[in-house]
Amino acid sequence: MQLPENFEKIKIGWFVFSCSEDNTIMFTELLNDHWQDWKQLFDFRHVKVLKKNNIYDAFDIAFVEGAIASPEHEERLKDIRSRSTKLVAVGACAVTGLPASQRNTFTDEQKESIQFLIDRFGALPEVKKVPDVVDVDASVPGCPMNTDMFLKAVNALVAELRPEVVA
Amino acid sequence: MHQITLEHITKIEGDASIRITMEDGRATKVKFATDEYKRFFTEAMKGKNIMAIPSHLSRICGTCSNAHIMAAIEACEMAFDIQPSKQTEMLRALTMHGLTIRDHALHLYLFCMPDIYGKDAFLDFDENDPHQHQLLHDAFAIKAAGNMLASIIAGRSVHAMYPTIGGFIKFPDEAQVKEVVERLKGVREAALRCVDEFEKAPFHFDRKTDYMALLPDEGYGYINGKIRTSKGDVYDEKLYRELVEHVVLPYSQASAYQYKGDPYMVGALARMNIAKDKLHSHTQESCAKTLEQFPSTDIFHNNLAQAIEIVHSIDEAVELLENNTIDKEPLVKKPYREATGIGVVEAPRGALYHKIHMAEDGTIVDGEVIVPTGQNQINIEEDAGRLVEQLWAQGVHDEASITWELEKLIRAYDPCMSCAAHFLKLKLETR
Repeated sequence: MQLPENFEKIKIGWFVFSCSEDNTIMFTELLNDHWQDWKQLFDFRHVKVLKKNNIYDAFDIAFVEGAIASPEHEERLKDIRSRSTKLVAVGACAVTGLPASQRNTFTDEQKESIQFLIDRFGALPEVKKVPDVVDVDASVPGCPMNTDMFLKAVNALVAELRPEVVA
Repeated sequence: MHQITLEHITKIEGDASIRITMEDGRATKVKFATDEYKRFFTEAMKGKNIMAIPSHLSRICGTCSNAHIMAAIEACEMAFDIQPSKQTEMLRALTMHGLTIRDHALHLYLFCMPDIYGKDAFLDFDENDPHQHQLLHDAFAIKAAGNMLASIIAGRSVHAMYPTIGGFIKFPDEAQVKEVVERLKGVREAALRCVDEFEKAPFHFDRKTDYMALLPDEGYGYINGKIRTSKGDVYDEKLYRELVEHVVLPYSQASAYQYKGDPYMVGALARMNIAKDKLHSHTQESCAKTLEQFPSTDIFHNNLAQAIEIVHSIDEAVELLENNTIDKEPLVKKPYREATGIGVVEAPRGALYHKIHMAEDGTIVDGEVIVPTGQNQINIEEDAGRLVEQLWAQGVHDEASITWELEKLIRAYDPCMSCAAHFLKLKLETR
């Protein structure tokens, strides 16, 4: 990969809401093949699985994994959106809500049996997918995310944000 | 009273919080809380057809997903009264070896090793430093080998597609087997370097506790056997409910467990403490000196035990693949019946229990899942309390130092908050 002098790394945020974090794991597996290029290309500014000193300021690309299960989640997601040039929903829970939102379609009897837990921890009455709360610039579906589609989305965003990059 | 709050513990699977109240130098309250919003997988099982259960329960956790699949398949097969073929048992063992190699390598290199080298992140390691350069390449090569093993055997390293009730739906060809054997052999030296790194690691914390693991009568595996404890007790897995005692935690979205009224630990350290002499003979040869450190009550030896298990899983997988052929096999099928099934496996983080109750039409009536991190919960709290008391007695009262020590301790447990929790905050109160 050839990068111009004084290349400004693309600021990345990776944020997790209600899910199994399977996409985070797939992301760490993609590092097996891409870590040397990505280390040059990206400033992993807020990626909790990778580092301790995360910086929460502005992001060129925010990747959002998981469904939105609480009012706190909603506010946090809106805030992430407000400070990100591009926002990508990754994985089934973010893109479709499921399976994290499976309680939305429980029977009345099932809903009654779990209501005390919804109340105790202040969860939303119904779990939402990411596009229910904010606009998204790209979606990578799959459970876990389809890694080819993820790479295609990432490469397209790199080309848009840093057209000077020569692969 | 003094209270320190640590938020967002990093480099663990998911998030959790811990609150510690200090009064007169004693940790009077320690709450390791798991705050992830429940996704109600056991409730959602109800009414589903049994054939959907392994892939359904897999979605509890990404990194542990293939262990959940194996536990669920075992539970479902018990309910059907299905005996898997010898080849199916071997393919399941290989799936677990792939998982163990990949998952342990992620934990050891990306989560723990930056602490040893004083780095914020593993990717901050210096490629121009020959030793750190080697570690960077070792990490991704080992992870890739484990990923490849899981992928050719089970279809995917996360939420595997090929294993199902009664067998596998797709099989690797000879070329794939040959390639993965070469890949595994190619990373064995790297895995031994990993053992060396964690043997030399400077962190230690000793506190006596009990250990529990599912282990076979012969060998050191992750699927079959009996539940064995460091107290010397041995239980058939069907009797698991007699040994794991549920404890309600009103401050957490997760559950905790005790054994005979005492906390216990599950995971690589438990397995190594109980059965180090059952490891693959090549692993025992290569790691002979290191294995003298077990049994151990040093929680940081959980990392060392994981590193040894990477070597063991490489040796086991290579032996299985080189000494067996893999042929296409039909699935074993049986009719629905009303029955209960129990599945127990050793996930990378420890004993994982699944239980299902199938109605006579094949729908699930009820179920239960007990994850390793729930079993380690009380042990983590007790260790955290003792650690802070020790630091306090040594005059260490600043939040940054306490947080640093606590993070390393909790990371050594390799907790999985996707299974049990989300979000770690430290809150330390002193009086």
